[in-house]
Amino acid sequence: MNEVRVGVFVCHCGTNIGGFLDVPGLAKYALSLPNVVFAKDNQYTCSEAGLTEIKNAIAENKLNRVVVASCTPRTHEPLFRSICKDAGLNPYLFQFVNIRDQCSWVHMQERERATEKAKALIRMGVARAVLLEPLEETEIEVNPCALVIGGGIAGMTCALSLANRGFEVKLVEKEDRLGGTLNSLYKLYPANEEASKLVQDKTKKVKNNPNIEVLTSSEVKEVEGFIGNYDVTVRQGEKERLFKAGVIIVATGAETLKPMGMYGYDGENVVTHMELERMLKEGRLNADMVVMIQCVGSRNEKRVYCSKVCCPTALKNAILIKEAKPNAQVFVLYRDMVTPGTKYEDYYGKARETGITFIKYSPERKPVVENGSVRVYDELLGEELVLPYDLVVLSTPMVAHRNSTDLAQKLKVPVDENGFFLEAHVKLRPVDFATDGIYVCGCAHWPANIGESISQAYGAASRASIPMSVGRVKTEPLIPVIDEDECSGCGLCELTCPFKAIQVEETEKGRKAKVIAASCKGCGACGAGCPQRAITMRHFTDEQLVAQVIALAEVTH
Amino acid sequence: MTFQESFEPDILGFLCNWCSYASADLAGVSRMQYPPNVKIIRVMCSARVDPTIILEAFIQGLNGVMVLGCHLGTCHYMTGNYYTERRMKTTKNVLKNVGLSPKRLLVDWVSAAEGERFATLVKDFTERIRKLGPLGKETDLEPQQLRIRLVAAKEALAQQRIRWLVGRERELVEDKNVFGEKVSQEEFDQLTLQTVEKEFAKRRILLSMKEEALSVKEIAQRVEASPREVLRNIVSLERDGLVSFVGIEGNSPKYRRAGG
Repeated sequence: MNEVRVGVFVCHCGTNIGGFLDVPGLAKYALSLPNVVFAKDNQYTCSEAGLTEIKNAIAENKLNRVVVASCTPRTHEPLFRSICKDAGLNPYLFQFVNIRDQCSWVHMQERERATEKAKALIRMGVARAVLLEPLEETEIEVNPCALVIGGGIAGMTCALSLANRGFEVKLVEKEDRLGGTLNSLYKLYPANEEASKLVQDKTKKVKNNPNIEVLTSSEVKEVEGFIGNYDVTVRQGEKERLFKAGVIIVATGAETLKPMGMYGYDGENVVTHMELERMLKEGRLNADMVVMIQCVGSRNEKRVYCSKVCCPTALKNAILIKEAKPNAQVFVLYRDMVTPGTKYEDYYGKARETGITFIKYSPERKPVVENGSVRVYDELLGEELVLPYDLVVLSTPMVAHRNSTDLAQKLKVPVDENGFFLEAHVKLRPVDFATDGIYVCGCAHWPANIGESISQAYGAASRASIPMSVGRVKTEPLIPVIDEDECSGCGLCELTCPFKAIQVEETEKGRKAKVIAASCKGCGACGAGCPQRAITMRHFTDEQLVAQVIALAEVTH
Repeated sequence: MTFQESFEPDILGFLCNWCSYASADLAGVSRMQYPPNVKIIRVMCSARVDPTIILEAFIQGLNGVMVLGCHLGTCHYMTGNYYTERRMKTTKNVLKNVGLSPKRLLVDWVSAAEGERFATLVKDFTERIRKLGPLGKETDLEPQQLRIRLVAAKEALAQQRIRWLVGRERELVEDKNVFGEKVSQEEFDQLTLQTVEKEFAKRRILLSMKEEALSVKEIAQRVEASPREVLRNIVSLERDGLVSFVGIEGNSPKYRRAGG
C-alpha cells in the first residue's frame, strides 16, 4: 500500500500546447520517471472525456498520486483536485505542472528547447508529487454573532440586514448617536430626500430590532481570535465590554478633507460642501454669487484618486441654491465633471438647464481666490475670467478615517496607499478581506454614495451570514506543523506571522509555538525563518521543494 | 564555437502564487516570448523560500536563482515579502562569502498585471547569468572547493544565529530591543555581515575537520585562514558544543568534532 504510484496526464490543450511541444513525447518521457506507472496525453485533460480518463486510470492503475501537465493551477487546480476526490484520492495528492502559460505559449519558436523545458517541469512535478501527503480540512464552529464597527448608513444597513436574518449583532459607534456622515448632510442626491429623515428611519429600525445591541460612544479596543471565534473588547467611556463574535464588518466610513491653506479657506466666505450643507440645513445661506471649485486637494500628486461623490454633490447643492434663489448666480469650476450612470448624467443636464455656469479649468492653471473675486482661466473659452463672489465652496475629497490604520492593525487587515481598507479582490471578492470572517462596506473601503454604501452593506451582510448560517467553517490544511522537541519557544514565528496564527504557549515541555489553524493563511513565512528549523510547512515542505530543485539539476547536467 | 557562446544557463525561479506566478501566467496569455532557461517552482508566498533552499540550488549546480514576490506593501499575506527581502539580502551576503557573485540571485517584485515586466526580468536575468558564465567562473575555486564552501554556507544559513538576527531585523531597526535601544540600519547591516562571516567560517572549519582530531594550525591551513582567527571560531564552536578540546600538539591546541 505504501508504494507510490504516479499517473501523469499531459494535455495538448488543442493546439495551445500540442502545436508547440512534442506532447506524445512528453507522455513517453513521463513514463520513464521514477514511480510513474501510468502516463498518457489527452486532447483536453479538463474535458469530460479527459476527466473520466483520470478517474478510470486512478481505479485501474491504483494511482495514489496524479500529475496533470497542462495550464495553470490558478484556474484549474480546483477542478482536478475535485476529480481526484471523486475517485477516492485525497485532493492534496494532486500536482499541477504548467506547460502552457509558462512554456508552450512563451517559447513558440523553439519547439525543441521548449519540449526539453516541459520535460524538466514534469520531472520536477513528479518529484514533488511523490512526496505529497494527504491533508484533511478540519471544521470549526462559528459563533452566530456579528460585530459591526461603525454606525453610519453602511453599518446600520448591514446590522439590520444581519439581524433580520436572525443573527445577533453588536453595533459599535464612536459618536454618541448613530448616523455617521449623514448627520452632517442636508439633502441627498439625486432625489433630494432629507438626510435627517433617512437617519431617523434607520436609527428607529436599528433601535427597535431585538437582535441588535447598539453601543454608542464606544470604540473597539482589541480583537483577538479568528473567524467564528473572535474575542472583542470594546471601550465605552470608562467601562470595558467583552463579547464573542463570529464575524466582523468594518463600516467605519471616511472623513472629508479640510482644505487648510487652500483657496483662502476660512470656513466663512470660503467653505467646504459639508459646511454649505449645514448653512442650507439651517437656512443661513445668504449669497447671490456662488463659485464652486471642484477637485480641491484631489487628483493631485498627494492624492491621485477621484473621490467620485463630489461632482454630484456640487450639482445637487448648486441646484438647491438655484431653486431657493432663482436669481442667484452659481459657477462650477471643474476639471472633469464625473457623473456616470443615467441618473447622474441627467442630473448634470438638469443643472445646466437651471442656468448654472460650468467653467473648465486645468490643473496647470488653477483658479485663484482673491478678496471678493475668483480669477479663473476658462480652458474652453481660452481666456481669463474674473468672477465676483459672496461665497466660494470647495469640493474636497473623502479621505480615509484617521483611525483606519490603527483599526486595520487590530484586525490584521490591509489598507491601501491612501489609508482606505483594501478588499481581497477588486472584482471577485469586493466586500471580503483576504482574512476570512472580516468584511468591509461603505466609505471605509472607498468613497461611495448612499446608494452604493447600502448595496455594499447588503453585500457584506450576505457574505458575513454565510459562515454564520452554515455554522461551521473549513480550515485550510496548508498550515505549519511544529516539532515540539525542536522548538525552543523563542517566539520569532509569532513575531513573523501577520495573522496571529502562531503563538507561543506554556506547555508541559516548556514554552512551545502553537498553530491556530483557523487563522493561518498558509504563507509559510514562519517556517522559512524558524531559527531551530522546527516548523514544517505542510504541502510546501523543504523536502518537497528541494526534491524539485534536485529534479531540475538532474536534467540540466 | 567557444565555450562562452555555447553556455546556456540553468536557472530556477521561485514565484509566489498571488503576484509573480500570476504575472508569468499573464505573460503566457499575452504570448510574450522569452528564453526557456528559467524553470519555475510555485510557492504560496515568496517568504516560504528558506535561504537554505537557494544554497541547495547552487550546490546542485544551477547557475542562477530568481525569487519574485508581490510588490512591497501589496503582499497577499501583508508582510511576507518584507521577510523575503531581508532573508535574501543576507543570502546574497553569504554568496559573497562563498566567492560567488550575488548577482546570481535575483530578488524582485512583480504584480499580477505585469506580464511584460516578468518576461523582461527573465530575459535580462538569463542574459546576466549567461555573461557571468557557469557557476564559479567568477572565482578561481576548484569545483570541489566551491561545493564545500556552498555546503558550509548552507549550513551557516541553517544556524539559529543568522536566522534569529534576520528575523528580528524589523523589530531591532524600527522598534527597540529589550534594553530599549534602537539599532540603526547601518549598525544592523554591519552586525549581520559580521555574523554571516563568522558563521560561514565556523561551518568551514567543521566541514574541514571531518572525523579527525586536528590542531588549530592544521585547520588554519585547510580553511586558508590565520590560526588566530581559527582559534577564535573554534572557541565559539566549543561553546556551542560542536567541537571538543583533545589536547595540545606542539604549541597548537587540538580539537575534534563533538559527538562524532
